Amino acid sequence: MLELSNVNAGYGAFQALFGLSMRVEAGEAVAVIGANGAGKTTLLRVISGLVPARGGEMTMEGRDLRLTPAHRIVEAGIAHVPESRRLFPRLSVEDNLRMGAFVPAARAKFAERLEYVYALFPRLKERRQQLAGTMSGGEQQMCAIGRALMSGPKLVLLDEPSMGLAPVIVAQVFDLVKRIRSEGYTVLIVEQNVAQVLKVADRAYLLEVGRIKASGRAGDLAASDEIRKAYMGL
Amino acid sequence: MDCHLDIFFLEALLNGLLLAGLLALLALGLNLVFGVIDVVWICYAELVMVGMYGVHYAYKGGLPFIVAAALGIVLVAVAAGLLHVLVIRPVLETAPINQLLVTGGVLFFLQAAATMAFGVEFKNIGISLGSLNVLDMSFSRARILSFVVALVGMLALWLFLTRTYMGTAIRAIAQDRQIMPLMGVDSRRIYLVTSAIGGGLAGLAAGLMVLNYDIYPQIGLQFGPLIFMICVLGGLGSMIGGFVAAFVISQFIAVGSSCFHTEWGYAVAFLFFMIAIFFRPQGLFGAKS
Repeated sequence: MLELSNVNAGYGAFQALFGLSMRVEAGEAVAVIGANGAGKTTLLRVISGLVPARGGEMTMEGRDLRLTPAHRIVEAGIAHVPESRRLFPRLSVEDNLRMGAFVPAARAKFAERLEYVYALFPRLKERRQQLAGTMSGGEQQMCAIGRALMSGPKLVLLDEPSMGLAPVIVAQVFDLVKRIRSEGYTVLIVEQNVAQVLKVADRAYLLEVGRIKASGRAGDLAASDEIRKAYMGL
Repeated sequence: MDCHLDIFFLEALLNGLLLAGLLALLALGLNLVFGVIDVVWICYAELVMVGMYGVHYAYKGGLPFIVAAALGIVLVAVAAGLLHVLVIRPVLETAPINQLLVTGGVLFFLQAAATMAFGVEFKNIGISLGSLNVLDMSFSRARILSFVVALVGMLALWLFLTRTYMGTAIRAIAQDRQIMPLMGVDSRRIYLVTSAIGGGLAGLAAGLMVLNYDIYPQIGLQFGPLIFMICVLGGLGSMIGGFVAAFVISQFIAVGSSCFHTEWGYAVAFLFFMIAIFFRPQGLFGAKS
């Protein structure tokens, strides 16, 4: 579904990703793990066009993403739930969801998908007139995921969905991830919470300073001594 | 000082209220553009001036007034769109002072162009709607019409901003610019549409102003500072703040004019402004930064 080959990217003189290659198959949940500053967030931002790739190839179902302007990536079937959620704090929950359905193809299905998202997250329906910024962190994460689903994506990019949330809420957020997984969405998730995310994912890539250091089945990585020591504190 | 709580004082209050509608409409266009694009159009009042000449000549050319007024809206909306694309967009990513300076340049350009094209004399559109007399009070019908149309225009904008995808995106972009592409939104298009709407509001105000005031190339200097003061008092970028501030300021002008002398109305309003901004630098409805 998604294929990256030899991708470089960075900000100004700083290079964040070095010749990165990876793929995500339809129906998979793939995790990207790594320390702070490894380039995980940059990777997602490159895929959704917020940061331009400087070299290499990047395709989504055969469509060349490097030739697609950032605001058209959504139409390729990719929805990005950004780091720290980035809801529009002074818009209502429903207006946030409306923004997720901004592209013309999604507008036509707004009512249907709104019902779907409300069925998936009944809490959002209860709070639909509330300003998004006044909700709890867990509820905001629901709203951010719901907003991404409003575009009817095939692939959902999740950037550190557990960041900044209380431990109890973190468990709930990983339940959310499992749920959208079971709804048939393909998921690419970036996390520092390595132990948890490897339970949710099928496969994983380990990123270190902009390079892929290891990859494989999530269970195998979770069992690797090196990863257990360095990233799971065991 | 000649201030009594008599019928003339009530007349002044009501006239202040009527003036507030037009001022609120004028402030709204500027606030919308600032809130969304983060740019202050120093030449905003001059866009209104261009619209006034447009309506004036369209009407004098034989068009019905309502058509001329509609053309004025389109004219200023297009002018504002061009202002954004040709003047603002090239300097949008540079220091804010550059945006002030380029729109300041446009101010001088528009004044000079209007002087060359239309001359320095005062022009009156020659439509008199007369006045409405209630008890011993007299109200200009043009001003009443302006008040009503301004309120309808503001209501229309509010419905647009709250009920449409484009309107929601305009509110959203002011809260988080960077993630707009993730919503499939082309920010450049939102800025262009916002500029055109800001211009459209200025054009609507222009159509109302020609019924109330004579037109001359420097008319922008007469009410431009007042609009900026209202926007800053309300909290620059806050549309509700601008609305409330318009009503506050116009009451100071009206009551000041009634109690002292007409010319003192504006001075009293500015004095109040300076005191208010000393205690609340972010404006009445502005967020603390």
